[in-house]
Amino acid sequence: MESVIERIKKGNFSHFHGGIHPPEQKFLTSTKPIASAQIPEQLIIPLRQHIGQAGKLIISVGDKVLKGQALTTIDTPMSLPVHAPTSGTITDIKLMPIPHPSGLSEACVILTPDGDDTWQPRKICPDYKLLSKENILDKIANAGIAGMGGAGFPTKVKVSTLSKIEYLIINAAECEPYITADDLLIQEHSPTILDGIKIIDHLLSPTNILIGIEDNKPKAIDALMKATADIDHLQVCVIPTKYPSGGEKQLIQILTGQEVPSGVLPSSLGIIMQNIGTCFAIADAVINDTPLIKRVVTISGQALEKPQNIWALIGTPVGFLTKHCGYQNNEKQHLIMGGPMMGFSLPTDQIPVIKSTNCILAPSEIEIASPFSSTSSKEVECIRCGQCADVCPAQLLPQELQWSAKAKDQAQLAKLNLFDCIECGACAYVCPSQIPLVHYYRVAKAEIRQQKLLDIKAEKAKVRFEARKLRLEREKIARAEKHKKAAEARKARMNSGTAAAKSEKSAVADALARVKAKKAQANKAIASSDNNKENPATEQVDSGKSQVANAIARAKSKKLAQQEQAQLDAIDTQQDNESPSSLATKQIEPVVIDKKAKVAAAIAKAKAKKRQKETTANNTDSNSESERNDSATTQSTSNKADHETIDTAVTESVNAPESANKTLDKKAKVAAAIAKAKAKKRQKETTANNTDSDTDTNSESNSESESNDSATIQSTSNKAEHETIDTAVTESVNAPESANKALDKKAKIAAAIAKAKSKAKSKAKAKSAIKSESDASLQNVETSTTKIEPSQEPMKNAEIEHETSDVQSKVNNNTADIDRKAKIAAAIAKAKAKKLANNTQKSSSESSKQKLQQPEHSEIVEAKAKNLEAENKKARVAAAVAKAKAKKLAASANKSTHSE
Amino acid sequence: MAFWIASSPHNHQQSETSALMRLVIYATIPGILAQWYFFGWGNLIHIALAVTTAIVAEFTVLSLRDKKITSQLFDGSAILTAVLLGISLPALAPWWITIIGSIFAIAVVKQLYGGLGHNPFNPAMAAYVMLLISFPVQMTQWQPPLSLLAMDIQFNDTLAVIFSGYTPQGYSVEQIRTHIDGYTMATPLDTVKTNLTLGLTVAESMNSPVIGKHFGLGWEWINAGFLLGGLFLLFKKAIHWTTPFSFLISLFVCSFIAFIISPDSSTSTMFNWFTGATMLGAFFILTDPVSGATSVKGRLVFGALAGLLVYLIRNFGGYPDAIAFAVLLCNMAAPLIDQYTRPRTYGHDLGAKK
Repeated sequence: MESVIERIKKGNFSHFHGGIHPPEQKFLTSTKPIASAQIPEQLIIPLRQHIGQAGKLIISVGDKVLKGQALTTIDTPMSLPVHAPTSGTITDIKLMPIPHPSGLSEACVILTPDGDDTWQPRKICPDYKLLSKENILDKIANAGIAGMGGAGFPTKVKVSTLSKIEYLIINAAECEPYITADDLLIQEHSPTILDGIKIIDHLLSPTNILIGIEDNKPKAIDALMKATADIDHLQVCVIPTKYPSGGEKQLIQILTGQEVPSGVLPSSLGIIMQNIGTCFAIADAVINDTPLIKRVVTISGQALEKPQNIWALIGTPVGFLTKHCGYQNNEKQHLIMGGPMMGFSLPTDQIPVIKSTNCILAPSEIEIASPFSSTSSKEVECIRCGQCADVCPAQLLPQELQWSAKAKDQAQLAKLNLFDCIECGACAYVCPSQIPLVHYYRVAKAEIRQQKLLDIKAEKAKVRFEARKLRLEREKIARAEKHKKAAEARKARMNSGTAAAKSEKSAVADALARVKAKKAQANKAIASSDNNKENPATEQVDSGKSQVANAIARAKSKKLAQQEQAQLDAIDTQQDNESPSSLATKQIEPVVIDKKAKVAAAIAKAKAKKRQKETTANNTDSNSESERNDSATTQSTSNKADHETIDTAVTESVNAPESANKTLDKKAKVAAAIAKAKAKKRQKETTANNTDSDTDTNSESNSESESNDSATIQSTSNKAEHETIDTAVTESVNAPESANKALDKKAKIAAAIAKAKSKAKSKAKAKSAIKSESDASLQNVETSTTKIEPSQEPMKNAEIEHETSDVQSKVNNNTADIDRKAKIAAAIAKAKAKKLANNTQKSSSESSKQKLQQPEHSEIVEAKAKNLEAENKKARVAAAVAKAKAKKLAASANKSTHSE
Repeated sequence: MAFWIASSPHNHQQSETSALMRLVIYATIPGILAQWYFFGWGNLIHIALAVTTAIVAEFTVLSLRDKKITSQLFDGSAILTAVLLGISLPALAPWWITIIGSIFAIAVVKQLYGGLGHNPFNPAMAAYVMLLISFPVQMTQWQPPLSLLAMDIQFNDTLAVIFSGYTPQGYSVEQIRTHIDGYTMATPLDTVKTNLTLGLTVAESMNSPVIGKHFGLGWEWINAGFLLGGLFLLFKKAIHWTTPFSFLISLFVCSFIAFIISPDSSTSTMFNWFTGATMLGAFFILTDPVSGATSVKGRLVFGALAGLLVYLIRNFGGYPDAIAFAVLLCNMAAPLIDQYTRPRTYGHDLGAKK
């Protein structure tokens, strides 16, 4: 078997499949010398002129640059610099249409030449062999050399391959019609080209160097033969002219008989191919230190007066070159960059020449009446003549590809190896149906690429989604685990019997209580209807009134809730207001229990809610009391006392003051018992006062503002009259005095409770009064930790008495005059608050003593005594609050009047 | 200043489908001339009739399909179909045979399948087969060569026979077909087939006046005419050499083998080549690109299959000639052949190559 070289020496070449013989038209330019470069008014230098990424821009607008100065630098392996083709100023860096079939815009540097063409300093290197290979590679890379045959692959990547190279093939085939750039370059610069070849030889040390050149360039062949005669392992291979023999794969097949496997670079076969123009550029770069800033461009076509080859600066607008060659066609310009087979139409003549531009074609209309233009498509149906398949150098089936492309059958396109199409255009050239086959393939390729991108995106999204699902699942499991552990820990703690455990238990109990309270409310509605039946006479009125009252109560509770948060600190002192309200309710002696019950329920509801919020805060304070709380709650729950009672009890327990001692436990129990009892009583039509007072007392301890409300609301609902409201208000204000008057026992008791709460002297009286009540009140007092009560006792008794009586008389006499009363009440409240504040300071010591004397409360009192000073302040705040409340209540009373 | 945007390649060899069709039509001229010389005006009248009908049918369907009428009507494909149908029909067949066949070929076989480029079957042959099956009597009234006819038939005689069934003198087709000696004449293929069933050897059949000196009086020249036209097409690269080559070789090989085995009951290779519609089929029917295979390998298989089928049907089938049937059968097989004869793409399956 003869070797490839022997075969080539005999002039026997392999053949590639297909191929065509379009009219060459090279005579237009092949006999004229290359004209020297002209400097246009403006150079448009795209930052990216090769396959790969653009370099990093290192100049900015306004910079003066010298000829050959780099405008960008290499920052990635596939990037190449671009250079200033002449000296001048950078006037702009912007997006401009680049030479690409798409006509898209990319970043370009606009250089306005100064006309001096001043070189940057250069280092001539007469003997490249003195340089290291790395040095040469650097020079090649920094000169920005990319394949000049058309594709623009970075040369440094090609020549720095590590594989063992058997054949270095220099491509001088130039198979496209019209183009003579390489032909002329060889004719005029074969020594330099040879230098370039030698440099590559030096870098790659191939076994053989083959120069492939078509037999239609006799002069160039002669020049090459002469120049290379003394190199042993170099063969000038004159191959038959056939398009597209200049294609990389085709030329490799012609010369070596080998096929490059699909999707593999020729270097894997030990073959490297370089364009002859690239060799020239390499020599220029390595020896003359000249970057790639100009190239030979064939300006051809019958629409030109002087078609010729020109040394064009990179960045020269095409229009400048065609003008230079005498472009005549002004109506319908058809400019093609590249040859007639693979070139692309230019959308404007301001497209710059780039490193891979080898030809500008300006054909006349008769010369190339492209059948594939946007306006004159003569496409008819494919008749499956198969001529396309006959000429396809890649041995594809263009007609089947075309059908699949039209049908967008991407799977079939892939099966038919669409991506092995080199878009040489041979199929479309021969197609009798004049189908723009290449165009279909390009579109199909773009669609497939797009689809691939979408697929990748979708895949990523899917992975993301799966990951998220997994993560959520993990988190869920982790959470469940955590909860489980926490629950176990809690259980353990609760069973351990520590204080903390108890508090937790209490929280559970609270929750239970709340749930029950809700249930109870539901039940209550039924119960109330029952009650109504019991009192048929009042039923209708009551129900109506109660609804109104409920509404009022709700509204008020809301308002108060808002205030409450602000007043939380001052809560203690507000007791003043509360206790009177309870008193008032006692005095009023409401006729209808129903109403009260309902109102109470509403209040209780509201309070429960509020307290829930507060509970957490209070819990921390009252950890020690939690025990008691629990017991109270559980008791009340188990007793199935009134819902309100339960609620209040719960809230009480939650809000139980710091002073909680063991003695309090008992008291709490007692209180619960009382509450129970009272609830029963109430249901049995016992006076609402008891309940009220109970609830009040209980609730007071929790959050006085709330209890205030409830008291007021209760009173309001009880009488359902405006006056009542007013009186309630006033009463509440005057609670201590009314208590002093001792209207009746209950009233007194209530008053006592109220006073106790409001820091009045009531403790003593409460004691003497019903024990349970007083207990409760005491408890509350403790909780509220107000020590004003004792001090107030004497003061109020003496001073405020007449005021109260006045008010009461007014209430009795002028029940209709609500406004007035409200005002008065407010005034009284104010006054009283002041007084209280004053008295507190004076009698603080006394009160503490008094408390100490009371055996039952001794502990509490002690605790209170400690807080005396702080409470004084509180008392003042409370006074203010009371005032405000009084006003509000008056206002709401008015409203309710109107509504009623 | 408008810029002219076009997709590459910007150059084109300026070939057109219609030019191709015209070329093929021109290439039929030698064969038609031979037909005219030996069999009179009959086929020319049928061709004219078929072309007219085809154009009308094509125009109608194209306008119904909202297609570009001017460009597609005169792309030559319908005319070529009509010409081929006209050539294939018996010279004295009644006029409505042509009309029906032509309409069927264009409207049904071609346009109903999507028009030019989409028809799976060769329209002319499909129409011929349809006519042969539907109207066997009219479709087998082959006229003997003029030299064997008892009477002299002129253009107007033929015209009258085709349109009325009788010559102006009142002779029917049967009478025209009757030999001077008083027996009805058939085609050479028919004669041989009939004689074989009568127990005569092929050599004896060759003495029949219908066959004449060589392979059939007149028929040999007609086939030679189409061979000439086919060679012209090959020379003009209008058709690919593969299909006719493989078809003729296949037919040759088949008949040669049969002849070696049984010379008495088998016709010679050249008899098979130069009688019936062999050459017409080889160069004008089987090479129809639309209904044939596309790749080189595929065409070789396609042609060989057609040759085999023609031989089998001629010798073992019920019909004397077999081109039309063979072509239709091959048309059916074409997609499958294409599927399995895809060429190896450059750079793929290199292992298989080595």
